[in-house]
Amino acid sequence: MSTHIDRRQFLIAAASLPLATRVVFAQAQAAGDARFVFILLRGALDGLAAVPPCGDPAYAGLRRELAIPPPGAAGGALALDATFGLHPSLAFLHEAYRAGELLVAHAVATPYRERSHFDGQDVLEGGGVRPHDYASGWLNRALAALPARSAGSRAEAGIALGQNTPLTMRGPAAVASWSPSRLTALDDDTLARITDLYAADPVLSKRLADALDADEIAQHAGMDVAPRRGAGARYGETVRAAGSFLARDDGPQVAMFDTTGWDTHANEGGAQGPLATRLGALDQALRELKAALDARWSRTVIVLATEFGRTAATNGTRGTDHGTGAAAFVLGGAVEGGRVLADWPGLSGRALYEQRDVAPTLDLRALLKGLLHDHLRVPSKALDGEVFPGSGAVRPVAGLVRA
Amino acid sequence: MAATAAAAIATNRFGLGARPGELDVAAPDPCGWLLAQLRGPAPTLPGAADLESTATILSHAAKLRDDARRDGATGVVKGIGAYYRPLYTGEVEARFAAAVASERPFVERLVHFWANHFAVSVDKPAVLGVAGAYEREAIRPHVLGRFEDLLFAVERHPAMLLYLDNVQSAGPQSALARRASGARRRHDPGLNENLAREILELHTLGASGGYSQADVTSFARMLTGWSIGGGRGRLAEGAPGRFLFRANLHEPGAQQLLGKRYAEAGYEQGAAALRDLARHPATVDHLARKLARHFIADEPPDAAVAQIAAAYRRHDGALVPVYRALIESREAWAVPFAKYKMPSDYVHSAFRGLAIPAPGQRGGLVAYELLGQRTWSPGSPAGWPDRAADWDGASAVLQRIEWAEAVGNRLGDRRDATRAGPAMLGALLGASTAEALRRAASGAQAITLLLASPEFMRR
Repeated sequence: MSTHIDRRQFLIAAASLPLATRVVFAQAQAAGDARFVFILLRGALDGLAAVPPCGDPAYAGLRRELAIPPPGAAGGALALDATFGLHPSLAFLHEAYRAGELLVAHAVATPYRERSHFDGQDVLEGGGVRPHDYASGWLNRALAALPARSAGSRAEAGIALGQNTPLTMRGPAAVASWSPSRLTALDDDTLARITDLYAADPVLSKRLADALDADEIAQHAGMDVAPRRGAGARYGETVRAAGSFLARDDGPQVAMFDTTGWDTHANEGGAQGPLATRLGALDQALRELKAALDARWSRTVIVLATEFGRTAATNGTRGTDHGTGAAAFVLGGAVEGGRVLADWPGLSGRALYEQRDVAPTLDLRALLKGLLHDHLRVPSKALDGEVFPGSGAVRPVAGLVRA
Repeated sequence: MAATAAAAIATNRFGLGARPGELDVAAPDPCGWLLAQLRGPAPTLPGAADLESTATILSHAAKLRDDARRDGATGVVKGIGAYYRPLYTGEVEARFAAAVASERPFVERLVHFWANHFAVSVDKPAVLGVAGAYEREAIRPHVLGRFEDLLFAVERHPAMLLYLDNVQSAGPQSALARRASGARRRHDPGLNENLAREILELHTLGASGGYSQADVTSFARMLTGWSIGGGRGRLAEGAPGRFLFRANLHEPGAQQLLGKRYAEAGYEQGAAALRDLARHPATVDHLARKLARHFIADEPPDAAVAQIAAAYRRHDGALVPVYRALIESREAWAVPFAKYKMPSDYVHSAFRGLAIPAPGQRGGLVAYELLGQRTWSPGSPAGWPDRAADWDGASAVLQRIEWAEAVGNRLGDRRDATRAGPAMLGALLGASTAEALRRAASGAQAITLLLASPEFMRR
């Protein structure tokens, strides 16, 4: 199906076609315009605060003063379904949910079952089963498995927003990185001389070339590079940059950035408080990201994930400790959303993992594999092999992306 | 290896970058130059006389809190933040000045290394005012002593107890918890495992140290009661900002850690476990590997790690012999530029090498922030990472170059990079860099090129 069909014609035609034909069409459609953003929430986001299971009979008792009140109550959760709500700070995510553009997953975990942040992040980012399995990340290896980009596109199919490249994005595929600079632009002549100076240094010459490349795009986008201020603007510049890179026709297909501060051992707060403020800043950033993506939003999938969840019960210091099952979010115009994806294990004492944590019932890799396959068209063989090595038994979740 | 090449490694890899003339001092005996720095007690931080102690800071903060509460004001946190911020800035600048001026730069680097091993992070507001005092009180006095003493000073320090939430951690069967459950209080006191977990994972055994969740929980129980004085409400007892063992928070009874039984002994129960952890083989290996990673290579050579670990065991954790084993390992001198500088290293070595005048009140902090390493803010108890891949991202490299140009423009012709280059790097200054410095269009450009050179990016 190589001829051009506009969207309206397609809808009319597709309505009368059997499912298989529609699938063929979807796969024939160039994947090149699809965009994927991965946002890593470092520190173990409390899934029972972000996506409170208000309908679970054990929830309020376990969480005590940290419990988010049910929908309808003062400071109550924003209703998702009979069991789950969203934290009241997540107004934009709730709008997206109602528009069918947010899928919430719960009781999710990587294969990691201990409780070290650093090892947990290593497993999540490396895409392996044990810590330190891999010195490269799953998202980079997914990029490496994509066919070469068409002429006219930038060489790098991925970009890491931030001063350095997280493990998720390190590996064989060339990846750009960008972060706002508060210093003035370099003198051209000095830059040329430094480029010469780096000629015999493969690492530094590569880094410098990548950085200059990324900066050029940012300048074309007319981005404001003023210093950031205040919690609300915490991620503002990063998401505006991500959006303007991804919005370009020849821009990268994949972007990643990370956020910190989710490790809420003490005084976590409930409907209001420190975690609520941070969630609000994240929600605002996602709203800005949608605005910056502009028309590209409809072809975008954004995943927010964390290394593991937190204890089901409040601890002795009005916070929560390291746990297991977590919440994850899949957001974007390309998402088949408006639903909660959870084989909810419940919070009763017997249902908890090791009598303390939300028991994981969904492998995060199944979610990621489904998205990488259906949205970026990463071949199944690569997903089972290089991207998430040895994950053949972990079946991708189907139907996450709009056909 | 030419004498100045070894001296360049001594001053840059082990020190904080050669100051003018330092290379010549080190050249006759680079190893001896380093060892001499380890003699005598660790120097106090210059300017420490003008800085407050943790006890004073936390007493004042408690007073601010009580005053605000009495007046019914809502801005308690804001008031304490306003008190803490200048304390933080003052500490950072004093530390920066010491790093730039030190004549025992190896010791100064060791202070930075251990402060990062036992990291606290000021993105937790309670830590902002005391992070500097913590380093001065718990880390600095012990870096030339024994690891066990360092470990105890750290785990008993209010900054660490606050950072890792142990202050209010209470055993489920503690006197306070039992009373509270009778009284049906709104917040039941309970156990917090944060400190116990990070001691095992980060401070002693390491993540692969072979402990289980059960070990974490029982160690957390042993550490219940390790608190500080002068809290609110039922924690009012004791002097603010000083370690206090609160028997009423302590979980009674014996506990198991790593297969060993620790009888109930109040404070001594946790202390006995901590002493055993300081000697545990996994701890020794973890520390040896971490030191070797910091000083030798991202992937430390096994031979050097084994030598360092052996010294630790032979001298029961005395640190000077451990450093001696590190310096005397052949691998430490074999490959020049094996380590990519962290931003703080990069800033210190630039200021030292070019004798850059103090850049104003917040000069050190501004430089650290621009290059992505705001002091004491690694964002997690793991501290700053210590591998090139963590620091040499494209954007980070460009930012370093931009900063180099700002320094070059600021100094202009007041420094001669063609002389400073050899004085900083000796025989390790490459021919093409030396040539580029000679051919630079201006003094400012030459300085920029020197600071941006591949040789100066590494140590």
